Amino acid sequence: MNILETHHIVKQYAQHRALDDVSLSVPKGSIFGLLGPNGAGKTSLIRIINQITAPDSGEVILDGERLKPDHIKRIGYLPEERGLYKKMKVGEQLLYLAQLKGLTEKQAMEKLKIWFVKFDIKTWWSKQVEDLSKGMQQKIQFVATVLHEPDLIILDEPFSGFDPINANLIKDEILELRDSGKTVIFSTHRMESVEELCDHIALINRSHKVLDGPKRAIKEQFKTHTYHVEYQGSLEDLPAAFDVLTTRTTDDGFLRTDIKIPPDASVNDLVRQLLDRVAIRSFGENIPSMNDIFIKTVGEASE
Amino acid sequence: MHTIFLIIKREYLVRVRKKSFIVMTILGPVLIFGFYAIIGWAAVSSINQKKIAVVDESGRFSGKFKNDDETLFSYPKTSLASAKKAFVKQGYDALVFIPKDVIEYPKTVQIFAEKSVSLALQSNIERAISKEIETIKLEQAGITQRIIEDAKVNVDAQTISMSETGEKSSNGIATTIISGFCALLIYISVLIYGTQVMRGVMEEKTNRIVEVIISSVKPFQLMLGKIIGVALVGLTQFMLWIILTTGLITVGSSVMGQKETAQSAMTARMNGMPGQQEVQRKMATAKNPVADVMKAIETLNISMIVACFLFYFLGGYLLYSALFGAVGAAVDSETETQQFMFPIMMPIIAAIAFAQIAVRDPDGPLAFWTSIIPFTSPVVMMVRIPFGVPGWQLALSMVLLVVGFVGTTWIAARIYRVGILMYGKKTSFRELSKWVFYKD
Repeated sequence: MNILETHHIVKQYAQHRALDDVSLSVPKGSIFGLLGPNGAGKTSLIRIINQITAPDSGEVILDGERLKPDHIKRIGYLPEERGLYKKMKVGEQLLYLAQLKGLTEKQAMEKLKIWFVKFDIKTWWSKQVEDLSKGMQQKIQFVATVLHEPDLIILDEPFSGFDPINANLIKDEILELRDSGKTVIFSTHRMESVEELCDHIALINRSHKVLDGPKRAIKEQFKTHTYHVEYQGSLEDLPAAFDVLTTRTTDDGFLRTDIKIPPDASVNDLVRQLLDRVAIRSFGENIPSMNDIFIKTVGEASE
Repeated sequence: MHTIFLIIKREYLVRVRKKSFIVMTILGPVLIFGFYAIIGWAAVSSINQKKIAVVDESGRFSGKFKNDDETLFSYPKTSLASAKKAFVKQGYDALVFIPKDVIEYPKTVQIFAEKSVSLALQSNIERAISKEIETIKLEQAGITQRIIEDAKVNVDAQTISMSETGEKSSNGIATTIISGFCALLIYISVLIYGTQVMRGVMEEKTNRIVEVIISSVKPFQLMLGKIIGVALVGLTQFMLWIILTTGLITVGSSVMGQKETAQSAMTARMNGMPGQQEVQRKMATAKNPVADVMKAIETLNISMIVACFLFYFLGGYLLYSALFGAVGAAVDSETETQQFMFPIMMPIIAAIAFAQIAVRDPDGPLAFWTSIIPFTSPVVMMVRIPFGVPGWQLALSMVLLVVGFVGTTWIAARIYRVGILMYGKKTSFRELSKWVFYKD
């Protein structure tokens, strides 16, 4: 079941095409990474989902229905460029933003109380936003994004501007939201957080979607059939079918070699060969990181 | 609809709670009242009856000085020396000494006073003496008082403005003052509140909160909410000014115990009622500058002027604030606003120039056209209204103003929705005109 689908979205600006035939499916209850280099079209897509702009063609389906104005209540959006009214008190501001999302003042108040306890920010209620530090403002903005309990939460670079402790706090919140059945789309350049959090990803490059699917499947797709082994001894007489890529000495005096196995061979074959020749300290498969996949995909396209 | 109400509420409350709003609201009426108080005080103090002792050695002037509201003469039979010592203690403000041979040597008349004597009083006394001497000399020449009275023809022109409700005496200067004041107030308030809208839009854009807001509401709703919110702030300020000023003047009048002002305030309330003509005629006889102005104000249709003022304030404000809002959306910083402000300011500044011409010639062709064209009509029409404007012209001007602000709001909204999401790009007029035709 998909909470969000986009079908053949095209968005044309005066001089350039920001999105070209972009189709995506975001499964309900997933953490979905929307990746892509700067200027690829991520923000354009997010703005279309938020109904800030409309696509030239194509359609967006939210939970089985074509996107309509009422849907903004079911979406929470944290833009990359954060902003709050500086001269407004924290409490009033959050009440205002929640009411714009369709909550009544009373509902908003009740929900706010929970968040203020949770983030331990009770004393901030009547402070002016400009008196808070940047990190504190980010927390307030995160609360504003999720306060109306949206089914779909879109976070654009959610960790920028947070110190590691607060970043962890937000990370835990994201996981908790996912566990309670919400869907989180998050757009980022930081591959380590994608690695850590995302179940699904889509990669947009130069207005086109170039990659999407479950993270595990994508990694499978990018597998290079290479393995690394740390050992003592020599691998010089390994059969030619096993392609020795690189060898280097580790800090503690072992050798580390990357070996690519032929398609018809199994891991066992390689291990068998190794056992005969060297004393193995460790052995494992080289699984491509999201970083590798990102660079490979985007880099190839720009060549 | 609900969200637009929320936006209006926020925009309104944020501004009304500001210290600057409260200060201006209190300071405005205090300034107006202060101005009024000075005029009132001047009028009252000049009316304060002065007691003057006349020591007349010639014996010809006893009872010849006319007592009036301002001066009361008495003629103690004492010598100059003793009168000089005693006149202050006896409660006189001044002492006039007329020597025996005053008819031959008129310049020997002396006026003594503890404080210096006002010019008006001095000339009053001088006039009375010289008139008396003149009469005496004429009589000596064989011309009697009767011949003199017959020879005097008093021409006192009264300006009367003709209108359907009947003839009313009007005072050109007071009308001019009022129309100028209204025009200036419209000009200033359109500028002040227009720039407030611009700043508000810029604040949202530079704070980057705008993206959060327009993921909840349509850009047009946000813009309209802001414009209406600020308009309500303006109206609140005017209302408070009117209430506070009337309050201060009412309190002030009773404190001053000034009959004249109380009377005129009363007649102001009775405006249009039967019997007013009579009161007016009575007032006309009073030689009081405040009463003169008050009387002139009464002859104007105040409720009509106030209603038109509110309409033209709102119309002019809506017309310009939408454009100011568009400028706020188009720029990244205050300094960039200059180039876009200029073409918007031009017609308003021109309107003030036209207004000065319209004051002198309220029914001339220039006044007519500029009071019909929406960009200048709020200012120029306000100049013309106190002088009286034909109904069809007023209606045409109002309809065009409504058409005008609907038009500017439409254009502004189209620039606004693109502009608020554009960062880091220097915009040009070319760019702006393109934005107007962008699809959503």
